[in-house]
Amino acid sequence: MSIKDRYDVIVIGSGPGGLAAAISAKKNGAKDVLIIERDVEPGGILLQCIHNGFGVEIFKKDLPGPSYAQHFINEAFSTGVEFLLDTMVLQITPEKRITASSKRHGFVEVRTKAIVLAMGCRERTRAQIRLPGTRAAGIFTAGTAQRWVNVEGYMPGKNFVILGSGDIGMIMARRLTFEGAHVERVLEVMPYLSGLTRNYVQCLLDFDIQLQLQRTIKNIIGKKRVEAIESVAVDKKWNPIPGTEEIIPCDTLLLSVGLIPENELSRQIGVMIDPITGGPIVDDSFQTNIPGIFSAGNVVHVYDLVDWVTEAGLTAGKSAARWVSSGSQTNAINLPVRAGENVRYAVPHTIQPDHLAEGDIRVQMRVRQPIEKPVWVEVRSGEKLLHRKGEPYARPGEMVTIPIKQKLMDEVKSAKDLTIAIVER
Amino acid sequence: MATILEKVICVTCPKGCTLEVTLEGDTIIKVENGCKRGHEYVHQELTDPRRMVASSVQVKGGLHPLLPVYTSAPFPKARIQELLSALRQVEVNTPVKMDDIVLRNALGTGIDIHASRDVKEEAITS
Repeated sequence: MSIKDRYDVIVIGSGPGGLAAAISAKKNGAKDVLIIERDVEPGGILLQCIHNGFGVEIFKKDLPGPSYAQHFINEAFSTGVEFLLDTMVLQITPEKRITASSKRHGFVEVRTKAIVLAMGCRERTRAQIRLPGTRAAGIFTAGTAQRWVNVEGYMPGKNFVILGSGDIGMIMARRLTFEGAHVERVLEVMPYLSGLTRNYVQCLLDFDIQLQLQRTIKNIIGKKRVEAIESVAVDKKWNPIPGTEEIIPCDTLLLSVGLIPENELSRQIGVMIDPITGGPIVDDSFQTNIPGIFSAGNVVHVYDLVDWVTEAGLTAGKSAARWVSSGSQTNAINLPVRAGENVRYAVPHTIQPDHLAEGDIRVQMRVRQPIEKPVWVEVRSGEKLLHRKGEPYARPGEMVTIPIKQKLMDEVKSAKDLTIAIVER
Repeated sequence: MATILEKVICVTCPKGCTLEVTLEGDTIIKVENGCKRGHEYVHQELTDPRRMVASSVQVKGGLHPLLPVYTSAPFPKARIQELLSALRQVEVNTPVKMDDIVLRNALGTGIDIHASRDVKEEAITS
């Protein structure tokens, strides 16, 4: 495949966010659309997520990750999206010049009118959670183990302890059990599950895998290879409680301790990053602070459902195509969306009230603390309540969504800012 | 007969609702919380528990040695290990198309095992 030197829209990353953005840019009139992907094939992390549970909202089906990706890969090819695979983007300038390194094409330089950043996220590693102990072999992130087991065909060990009750950790507990390994324990430092409840049921309960809350790892034991880990109970402030230690023999430790949006490129361009999400600050069209640079998916904030990543990608791609056809919209008013009581963060960070003319604007958030009783999700302008929606509960592991209704356009236009809060009913 | 209250966490969708089921012996008297699909799940779960199963089989001639596969319908929970053993014996050749059947009527359940993705035949490079 030959690459042009100029594109309308270039998308960085071919996971669900990037595929959706590219397809949507193309469908909304962008002529030349290119995806640059560092892996040898498109699809992103979905390719290693061979479990079911994808597409419940968009396809109304329970699909495995690779099937979900395949639908969009096929659509990208049929709509004429171009791909540059096995290629690492090295630099992006604010003038939208992209330099990349490719085994096949060598040093690549391309220019584009708009960019969609869709790099996804990376797993938090041992160093980032400062796990003490030896540097023995047998310590992996859950995603690395997932790639080995599901794509490359290697087993990382026989007896596992998994730190973290995130979805990938629990899903790997089941997957490793399927492949004949033994999962000794899943440890979670928080007093609650960090992944979805259904994964607790079908990945841990179904296979009698023990989950212990409010426990972490005090020490990793083993010289060449992990021989055991020492776990310890923690208090609410994560301080170890002396006398609660337990030695758990194992040969492999998997870490499922959170995901971090991968924004080295974004930072380099000068995109403003929200310190809480670790992702770009975006408006409701998923545009960053740099005009013509958009961002969507897990690179903005870590989603629960791939369907929502796709939707974010579709919006970002459409916005990018429009930006190309209309030129910059520098005079747009951006209304801040603030996180109020019990809301850790809300995305988008700003909205353009004029966009309400086209429909509701969806705001998604994570709560600070679990509330196991009915709550109101409120949208306020100052002290004034504009809109509220009931939810049966609010949990940090499950993203909360509220639409800013189209009919509120006049009130939103006269507001100085909007505050989103979650309060007990 | 005494009634028993059992809590069942629904796995049908990501919401993960806790349904409260009132049982008299094996008979379900009442189901509280959850939606229509959740109630169907409870009946299924208490009579014949099933799960979607995803695993992999060997594939020859592709970029990677494994082809991800999945059950076309929820599979009897008690027979999952047996199914996994059967899948270990399966080897397919490229090219593979998504939804190709790699194992028909697995263990006589009437449930087919499908390929989760395409796998192209890779040109042999030195």
